[in-house]
Amino acid sequence: MGFSSSLPQLVWDTKGLVVVVLVLVSHGTVLFLQVVRGVVESLKIITRQASLRVAEYAFHYAKANGRERVSAIHKANIMRKTDGLFLKCCREVAEKYPEITYEEVIIDNCCMTLVKNPGTFDVLVMPNLYGDIISDLCAGLIGGLGLTPSCNIGEGGICLAEAVHGSAPDISGKNLANPTALMLSAVMMLRHLQFNDQADRIHNAILQTIAEGKYRTADLGGKSSTSDYTKAVCDHI
Amino acid sequence: LSGSPALRLPDRNSASPRRSPSPSQPPMARRSAPLLRRLVSSAPPLPGHGGGARRTVTYMPRPGDGTPRPVTLIPGDGIGPLVTGAVEQVMEAMHAPVYFESYDVHGDMPAVPPAVIESIRRNKVCLKGGLATPVGGGVSSLNMQLRKELDLFASLVNCANVPGLPTRHQNVDIVVIRENTEGEYSGLEHEVVPGVVESLKVITKFCSERIAKYAFEYAYLNYRKKVTAVHKANIMKLADGLFLESCREIAAKYPSIEYNEIIVDNCCMQLVSRPEQFDVMVTPNLYGNLVANTAAGLVGGTGVMPGGNVGQDHAIFEQGASAGNVGNDNLVEQQKANPVALLLSSAMMLRHLQFPSFADRLETAVKRVIADGKYRTKDLGGTSTTQEVTDAVIANLD
Repeated sequence: MGFSSSLPQLVWDTKGLVVVVLVLVSHGTVLFLQVVRGVVESLKIITRQASLRVAEYAFHYAKANGRERVSAIHKANIMRKTDGLFLKCCREVAEKYPEITYEEVIIDNCCMTLVKNPGTFDVLVMPNLYGDIISDLCAGLIGGLGLTPSCNIGEGGICLAEAVHGSAPDISGKNLANPTALMLSAVMMLRHLQFNDQADRIHNAILQTIAEGKYRTADLGGKSSTSDYTKAVCDHI
Repeated sequence: LSGSPALRLPDRNSASPRRSPSPSQPPMARRSAPLLRRLVSSAPPLPGHGGGARRTVTYMPRPGDGTPRPVTLIPGDGIGPLVTGAVEQVMEAMHAPVYFESYDVHGDMPAVPPAVIESIRRNKVCLKGGLATPVGGGVSSLNMQLRKELDLFASLVNCANVPGLPTRHQNVDIVVIRENTEGEYSGLEHEVVPGVVESLKVITKFCSERIAKYAFEYAYLNYRKKVTAVHKANIMKLADGLFLESCREIAAKYPSIEYNEIIVDNCCMQLVSRPEQFDVMVTPNLYGNLVANTAAGLVGGTGVMPGGNVGQDHAIFEQGASAGNVGNDNLVEQQKANPVALLLSSAMMLRHLQFPSFADRLETAVKRVIADGKYRTKDLGGTSTTQEVTDAVIANLD
């Protein structure tokens, strides 16, 4: 089981350009035990090492991308030791970056604020399960899974760029899918490889195509096929 | 504009011990309850149009039902005392047949005082402001302790648009029923070696079954069409798989209620894009917390969402969601906490106690005040204080 972080970058909401970046840490909630019939236990494991790594990445990312705030999302009032350890590690790393504002937000509050007032958040860092849920929640806020890219980062600069969405078997082979999510993931990959110019060009082409509104796939309320939309993006480059 | 539905399990020992259940038929109140609820939901009170909350069919009480009922009151921390104060004032203005036995409990106490538990066991019903749970180490959550000791296994919140309050989504009317005692909140944590901590999430068939039963029974009694189970069984195959298994078994017994399942991340995404698709949702502990708070944000925030916790014998009513805290110091100092959520929860409580017209009057008044728009607290975009909103509600009582 490899450790990785996932980094969706949200592009646009109805009010303008809002970019929210999430960083997850992959620990496990993996070990299943059936203790007696009808009683199942599931272990959530938080380690200092993994928490430190992802906190480091979050702050490093924030600094490198001109972000001002990192919020750690937790439920340490209930899960005092596990999420408490996660928070402790975040605090340690936060001290090394005094120019970045650090705050801790309970996950209930985070969910509600994301729905009411998402502009208050900048970079969010959290353990695995919460991140899974929050990243999909944010995807819903900006227009859905057709638009949300992500990157999984490992040590040594390994990067696995993928869309947040799944394989969508119901529309497979019909030339209907929205390729934006994967395109934007590729843009993130290019930035990771430091091909920033090319990344910007593609990014702008995508934004322009969607903003114009003439070529949009079904999930965005339009009627274009995947190939038509892709051609439109290529034309805009 | 139906009133918020009653939490109560249809149980023979629901009210005072004087009642002896008749052997051949269920008590009168229980037979007429479903009929009444349907009628209430079809007789719309019109806020601000002088419509008032008149029922077309009268509720026929048993002699002695009007005797004032004692209710345990826990003002608590932060904004708690402010909002429970509002409820007390409104109850008095209505001459509602309840009186409160108030107890001093604070989140940093090591445990809930036995006198309080004793009082709730005696009165069966409690109204709670809010108890702060300190973060990261030290005292365990008193809220959790209350739920576990009194076995309040179901948490219910009603997320519905309040008329006159503009939100991004309309036609939202979701009831989230959340398992309250186990799951990720079992409180079983330990440090394996320094730097590695484990937390146990426990799911049992017993608890999953009873929450599923409650959810379907609730849907049946409140004429709801669909129950959605929220899970992450693609990853937590055994734990959430057991939860789903229980839900499916119970669903088979209610063929007229539609049942479906949704993975929790997709669920959150659907909630923020198309919340109209949800009706009743049944969830394990952690997901329920997230879903309820997300839904709270959809309809206007924690200040407007009512809720409660119910078990076989007792019920505690409180704000539906607290966003993990009891308000910030500013709110308390300036006395600007929103009392609407707790007022609506106390209306649920009145229905639970079988005082439906008081519940209707209270709800109508609250909804009128919000629809008018003149007295709203900061979280709804206004500048009023708690007292101003309370006074407005009292002024709007029929």
